[in-house]
Amino acid sequence: MSAPFRTDAGGQIDRRKSLTFTFDGRTFQGVEGDTLASALLANGVHLMGRSFKYHRPRGVLGAGSEEPNALVSVRRDKARVTPNLRATQVELYDGLVAQSQNRWPSLNFDMGAVTSLLSPFIPAGFYYKTFMWPRKAWDHLYEPAIRAAAGLGDAPTEADPDRYLNRFAHCEVLVIGAGPAGLAAALAASKSGQRVMLVDEQAQFGGSLLAVTDALIDGKPAQVWLDETLATLAANPKVTMICRANAFGYFAHNMIGITERLSEHQAHPDAGAPRERLWQVRAREVVLATGAIERPLVFPDNDRPGVLLADAARIYLNRYGVKPGKRVVVATGHDEAYRAALDMHRAGVEIAAIVDARPYPRGPLVEAAKAAGLTVREGYAITGTIGELRVNGAYIAPIIAAGQVGQTETLSCDGVLMSGGFTPSVHLFSQSRGKVVWDETLETYLPGQSAEAERSAGACRGRFGLAQALADGFAAGADAARHPVTHSFAVEAVEGDPKGVVGALPHNRGQGAKAFIDWQNDVTTKDLKLAVREGFQSIEHIKRYTTTGMATDQGKTSNLNALGVISDALHRPIPQIGLTTFRMPYTPVTFGVLAGMARGDLFDPIRTTPIHDWAVEQGAVFEDVSLWKRARFFPQGREDMEAAVRRECLSVRKDCGIFDASTLGKIEVVGPDAAEFMNRMYINAWTKLGVGKCRYGILCREDGFVTDDGVVGRIAHDRFHVTTTTGGAARVLGMMEDYLQTEWPELNVWLTSTTEQWAVIALQGPKARTILEGLVEGIDLSPEALSHMSLTEGKICGVPTRLFRVSFSGELGFEINVPAEHGRKVWEAIWAAGQPHGLTPYGTETMHVLRAEKGFIIIGQETDGTATPDDVGLTWAVGKAKPDYVGKRSLARPAMADPARKQLVGLLTQDPAVVLDEGAQIIVTRGQKPPMKLMGHVTSSYHSAVMGRSIALAMVSGGRARRGETLHVPMPEGDIAVTVTSPVFYDPEGARVNG
Amino acid sequence: MLLITCPHCGPRPELEFVHGGEAHIARPAQPEALNAEEWTEYLYMRANPKGLHAERWRHLHGCARFFNALRDTTTDQFVVTYKTGEARPDLKGPAA
Ligand SMILES: [Zn+2]
Repeated sequence: MSAPFRTDAGGQIDRRKSLTFTFDGRTFQGVEGDTLASALLANGVHLMGRSFKYHRPRGVLGAGSEEPNALVSVRRDKARVTPNLRATQVELYDGLVAQSQNRWPSLNFDMGAVTSLLSPFIPAGFYYKTFMWPRKAWDHLYEPAIRAAAGLGDAPTEADPDRYLNRFAHCEVLVIGAGPAGLAAALAASKSGQRVMLVDEQAQFGGSLLAVTDALIDGKPAQVWLDETLATLAANPKVTMICRANAFGYFAHNMIGITERLSEHQAHPDAGAPRERLWQVRAREVVLATGAIERPLVFPDNDRPGVLLADAARIYLNRYGVKPGKRVVVATGHDEAYRAALDMHRAGVEIAAIVDARPYPRGPLVEAAKAAGLTVREGYAITGTIGELRVNGAYIAPIIAAGQVGQTETLSCDGVLMSGGFTPSVHLFSQSRGKVVWDETLETYLPGQSAEAERSAGACRGRFGLAQALADGFAAGADAARHPVTHSFAVEAVEGDPKGVVGALPHNRGQGAKAFIDWQNDVTTKDLKLAVREGFQSIEHIKRYTTTGMATDQGKTSNLNALGVISDALHRPIPQIGLTTFRMPYTPVTFGVLAGMARGDLFDPIRTTPIHDWAVEQGAVFEDVSLWKRARFFPQGREDMEAAVRRECLSVRKDCGIFDASTLGKIEVVGPDAAEFMNRMYINAWTKLGVGKCRYGILCREDGFVTDDGVVGRIAHDRFHVTTTTGGAARVLGMMEDYLQTEWPELNVWLTSTTEQWAVIALQGPKARTILEGLVEGIDLSPEALSHMSLTEGKICGVPTRLFRVSFSGELGFEINVPAEHGRKVWEAIWAAGQPHGLTPYGTETMHVLRAEKGFIIIGQETDGTATPDDVGLTWAVGKAKPDYVGKRSLARPAMADPARKQLVGLLTQDPAVVLDEGAQIIVTRGQKPPMKLMGHVTSSYHSAVMGRSIALAMVSGGRARRGETLHVPMPEGDIAVTVTSPVFYDPEGARVNG
Repeated sequence: MLLITCPHCGPRPELEFVHGGEAHIARPAQPEALNAEEWTEYLYMRANPKGLHAERWRHLHGCARFFNALRDTTTDQFVVTYKTGEARPDLKGPAA
């Protein structure tokens, strides 16, 4: 059963390999080499979609990536539904299931098309004008209704199961586009022996050559030349050729983003085979050989199914062996349509007439058409089409004066092939920030001054015709490779005049006629003229107001005609209207290929400590702290977090707790000038800190605000063990490196990140010393030998340790640093030794409560980048005798001593059961109405088991002077009364650190 | 993605670098000697030129060193990169 519109022979298809596919549930036959569009056309199906706004029936318009109408969804299963694919680019495979879009319930009968009847009421800017008011109606009425009626395609209902790859590549010359110009460029560049990449968006290399029937290149038929050239390039090991590759973005410094379709075209891709690959190619030089896109003619009802671009029809005929109809009208303002008409005529398609808007078309193609007996109506415009779901006739009329036509005639036909000429594809050039310039002769924009190391070649810079494209491409390739090679192609081909028509054709069809400019967004000449009448003058504004050129095709077929119509309406030449900037992607790109492998567990690196697995085994609940997984609490039985934290807190205060502090940032500061460096960086004084002693260090930025903190131990005269916050480790090291490298290069200091070298086990509680005693060698744990805030080196469980006596809980505490690889062994030994003493593991939540009970701050919780050391009660830490340190000069500013600054205080709710919300605001007098005078905010708030009540820390304006005052925390349920206190709630005399 | 030439390692992709703000803003030797205006100038005021801009980069995921660059802010093209401590090259515009 052969398809009715398939020719008997010719083209790049294999008629022996029949493929079965369905479109909207109907089963059809195509052949190997077909696209979905060519296979449907072979079956006489032109109706492939409905338009976005008016839901008008639409046929396929083009044959390539510029296609605005024939958008389809291809479905493999629930998780593999790809919407908005251009049927012209969907390669047919056996079993393909495709569906049209924008229609309900069916493509032939679409309820949404009633909006077309309302179209006089849907002018340009309709959305802006109608849906402005009232605001609430937008959420509940307009938006849901618009979303239901509009939208392009449906998203799959399950997560994407496919794999996507990413690859970086480098080459000396990247050629984008493998038509005659690109092939010639690659050929020339490859002779230099350098790395050349050639990419093309189609499944086959060759571009326009794939549809050439009669030209000779160097004495050979074009197809033979193409095959030989591809073989030559393929044989060169320095040449990489990638087809099905969409060069979608031109990024800075010649970085080109390319997506390659790997398995989309296969009937049965191998399980696990990647679907697409993202190439990020850095090229020394780029050759843009991106060709040109045929322009539609703008006339009433130019969107009827059966109306398509003339050169697209020729491609369907010559490359896919498909006739667009039985009897067609060829409407044109450009010579190339005559080539299409001649090819149709030879294939047996009846040419009703060639209707040329130009008054005196001349040239070899025109003469050939006349010689073949085709009717040419010179100086005639096509003024409309007849039909419902398919064109069945066309109106034509003579152009009698500017903007005026005479008597209308009707021609019967089942197809209209139209051509307004070809618009060079300057998209990638424009993306590269190159400046386009208006060419008066060709009436189009061409690449001008380059911004990157690239050059355009062939039709994309207005060098139309086979001979010009080959010559231009070869020269560009040689130039890009900096290789002095020349070749003079002998080309025998009939070439036409490159000039076409821009803008709308005249007609006599009245105000109601719809002449489409932008098919995909349903923008007509009337919309553009209305925008101009309403005062819009700049193309950037008109574009946004009318949405012309803003659909997924970015106006590939429409932009120049839109400029032509606006130019007429404004009575200003096109170059004075401007041109919108082309943005990436050239054609739509899937999220999957951009995400690549960075999804699920690979989305971000996960950092775990040496003790992580132990905590997992104990059933710990984890939280993310920057990239780290940290144990948040260790529930027993059916405990919730609150119960677990209460138990953990009391255990630490009564017996002892064990806590994994390995995530703390650690920096080894080493060298003869280490103490001087520390003096300059931190606010504290370090010179007099003895070896074996620790100090709580505060780091400010140069603006005087606290940025990090942590205990610093002096290991040796020239060696400091610096700890930072978990999240601040990289930032602090970067800041230290900055000062060391750029401000104080004379200091002899080395900085090394040792965060992951040490496992850190915090043992906190009155029984900590007892538990540790049996495990250490060569370490005296007695208070006399190892006082609070001191450190020692020795061995624990047979491995070397830096053992700090420090406390972030207020209890007797030790932090045992051991090499990471021994972390779990030592942890388990301590754990075992602690069993008779009630040792309890605790997580970050308990750590937070314990430190809040003691009024210890957490960077980023009490501080927010605007707190000075004094604001958070750390004036005691400042090395006041130091001449300078980072932040010192800023802290001397008068504003930093303002008594009204927010200061760290404690808050106790009058009702001890009430736990304040962190982030809640604080006011002085109760019962205020907005806008209230806000005095500060709650920074930390918990239930404290040991205090038997809630506690909170807060930053309050002039807070230290307000101790004992009653303030209020306004909440939706009413104000909560609080009393200002010292931030130290538990053991204010600090006796417990001594055990 | 920019291509940045580290003066120590050669051309590398932008992924390996972090931007470090305007170059040639030396920390005053005696900050306490500066009055409020002078300190404000040092701390907060930065150039935002259209054209050549001297800026710092750090080859964080490479040699980890800071260096300076002259970049044309209108084209994103680097004119030259040079080591920390070296004087700003006397260039008026993009090297052609
Ligand atoms: Zn480097």
